[in-house]
Amino acid sequence: MRARCTQVSAAVMAAALLASGCGGDGGDGTEVEVFSWWTGGGEEAGLDALIERFEEDHPDVEFVNAAVAGGSGTNAQAVLEGRLQSQDPPDSFQGHAGAELQDYIEAGYLQPLDDFFGEQGLQEAMPDQLTEQITYEGSVYSVPVNVHRSNVLWSNPGVLEEAGVEETPETLDELIEALEAVEEETDAIPMAVGAQWTVDHLLESVLLGSLGTDAYNELWEPGADWDTPEVTEALESFEQIMEHTQEESAAEDWQEASRRVSEGEAAFNIMGDWAAGYFDEVGATAGEDYEWAPSPGTDGTYMWLSDSFTLPEGAPNEDAARSWLELVSSAEGQDLFNPVKGSIPARDDTDPAAYEDSAYLSEALAEWQDGPELAGSFWHGVTVGNRWKNDVDTAVGLYLGDGDLDTLQGALHEAAQAE
Amino acid sequence: MSPHTAQAGAGTEVRPRTPGRLHRIRVRSRTWLPGLLMVTPSILLIGVFVYGMIGWNTSLALSDQHAPVQDGSFVGLTNFAELWQESRWPAAVGNAVVFTVVFVGGALVLGWFLGLMLDKGLRGEAAFRTLFLAPMAVSFIATGVVWRWLMNPAPAERATGLNALFVQFDLEFLVNDWWTAPNMGMAAMALPAIWQLSGYIMALFLAGFRGVSEELREAARVDGCSEWGVYRHVVMPQLRPVTLSAVIILGHMSLKVFDLIIAIAGQQIVADVPAVYMWTTVFEVRDPAKGATIASYLLIAVAVFVIPYLVWTIRKERSEGR
Repeated sequence: MRARCTQVSAAVMAAALLASGCGGDGGDGTEVEVFSWWTGGGEEAGLDALIERFEEDHPDVEFVNAAVAGGSGTNAQAVLEGRLQSQDPPDSFQGHAGAELQDYIEAGYLQPLDDFFGEQGLQEAMPDQLTEQITYEGSVYSVPVNVHRSNVLWSNPGVLEEAGVEETPETLDELIEALEAVEEETDAIPMAVGAQWTVDHLLESVLLGSLGTDAYNELWEPGADWDTPEVTEALESFEQIMEHTQEESAAEDWQEASRRVSEGEAAFNIMGDWAAGYFDEVGATAGEDYEWAPSPGTDGTYMWLSDSFTLPEGAPNEDAARSWLELVSSAEGQDLFNPVKGSIPARDDTDPAAYEDSAYLSEALAEWQDGPELAGSFWHGVTVGNRWKNDVDTAVGLYLGDGDLDTLQGALHEAAQAE
Repeated sequence: MSPHTAQAGAGTEVRPRTPGRLHRIRVRSRTWLPGLLMVTPSILLIGVFVYGMIGWNTSLALSDQHAPVQDGSFVGLTNFAELWQESRWPAAVGNAVVFTVVFVGGALVLGWFLGLMLDKGLRGEAAFRTLFLAPMAVSFIATGVVWRWLMNPAPAERATGLNALFVQFDLEFLVNDWWTAPNMGMAAMALPAIWQLSGYIMALFLAGFRGVSEELREAARVDGCSEWGVYRHVVMPQLRPVTLSAVIILGHMSLKVFDLIIAIAGQQIVADVPAVYMWTTVFEVRDPAKGATIASYLLIAVAVFVIPYLVWTIRKERSEGR
């Protein structure tokens, strides 16, 4: 009896192994597998809207949503890495546009999409600086779906009034003055930050605000010189701002830091514009509980990051994958996705009416279509690859421990030389 | 490791033959054959998936393959030396050492004390035993989520968690930064681990205490030994094997701690440990050689705990004639 049980269970296990090993991708164009880390909130809802439209347009193609949850994509990236290495790519996968894809491109995992950009007229539809900044050795490898802004200063009008700060700070010096006023006049936290990565995020906005767009962009050229008085000055501002952050920041993520602003526990927070979506979610009112402005010194510049879709080398259903890319790059597709996700379209010829419901989005879109200067976000993978990004993160983390600004600048300089 | 390989071994051994055929083979062949067949699958599986992988990892660590797609060549111990020249690695090692010392020490002392209490005949022993042992059933991730909230480092005016409790009872001098303190934060990080494992250590010690025969204790008492003296001179010396096992079990868990850190702190330098650093290096930076080097260091550190234990176990089994 025992032996029979074992035989049966062995047979079941073998069948399961076979099924998992050989199931799926027929490669006959009847399905398309799209890999992403959009598994919750507005992101998932936006993706669902796209999927629905895709299935309407292509009733004969089955859409396989291969989304992996968790860790703003880090889990998904670990899974993806394994699939790409074992030559089992999905038909298309999500990735931050820009240098974050560099490793994949160098490994030969991705197909260049220059012909696709030509066919669809995307060069004309998207800002030149955007396509320039995602071009790697003369080719583009991914199709941007949306644009987020990283350099946004969120503030609480009530706290600012109490502190006697009448105008939103427009330069870093004004910001520091305002922080001091809040520190003295109120019980609120002057500048809310969260865990280490939100400090990286703050740093990029401070660098941009202090150095200006061109000098900021040049910092991320391999071998760039970080050992300059200008960078020192920027880092000194950064240090002064950090002096006004809350002690418990390491135990909080960006949501808590942003929530402190909308609930009047903090005066300022520098966070990407996904905070607008979060404020909606927690029921905060724009203009009353929170206000926004470009982070000090960065007016007229969009520090952008973007989600994009790729076409892997050896995608089993390439034609269907191209249809998917066609949808996500079209004005119609972007207007379906972005209002729900809480971002603005990467194209600058879409319909503003789709974004009217959100005060933030409609303003952001108007600014985007107005043709701002563009600077790539380093933390969100636009300007630097994973190694450099991680070196900066480590340097910032060590600085949070020892507070030594010279060491920080030295480490940042070294990280730039290592590329 | 062992439960899986044992199951796989038993499965493949029994599956192809009916009991009758197995019996005939057994009769015909020498006595060692069945034994060999029995262990072959697990030897193969362990050979490939444990020792093969260790070998692969080591060769990667000795190479300069710093990107997944590039081919590496042999560079000797360069990677092992280079790690010590950066700032992050020594800090991570320091954190792991602080964590290990506090965690192993704390769990041993607390576990020993709880074991002693129960051995002294606490009323409702069974209930307490279950109560102390229960945290073992919780995963480090769940423990971490709860303790992340308990050990919130907010100052008195915004206190939550344990800090709020301190404020409530006018113990504001106890309000502290917990794990976010730059140097000794890892001592606080060890608290959840102590909470989780001290019940298990209690069970080990309790078994040890119970293993010391009542005659021995009685004899010591007759000779005029105080109750404390009985523990000090009679019981404790016989608990050395238990203590050793406890140190080894806690020590190797502590050196490779990952999930607890991720649940409480995420990837932040203030709570960086070698296992987290390795994960970042492999999956985010995508540097196989450096990741393998960190993995090798982890293996060596764990081996320092495990190998003496194995040697000791084998010696003991020999001396007992097994």
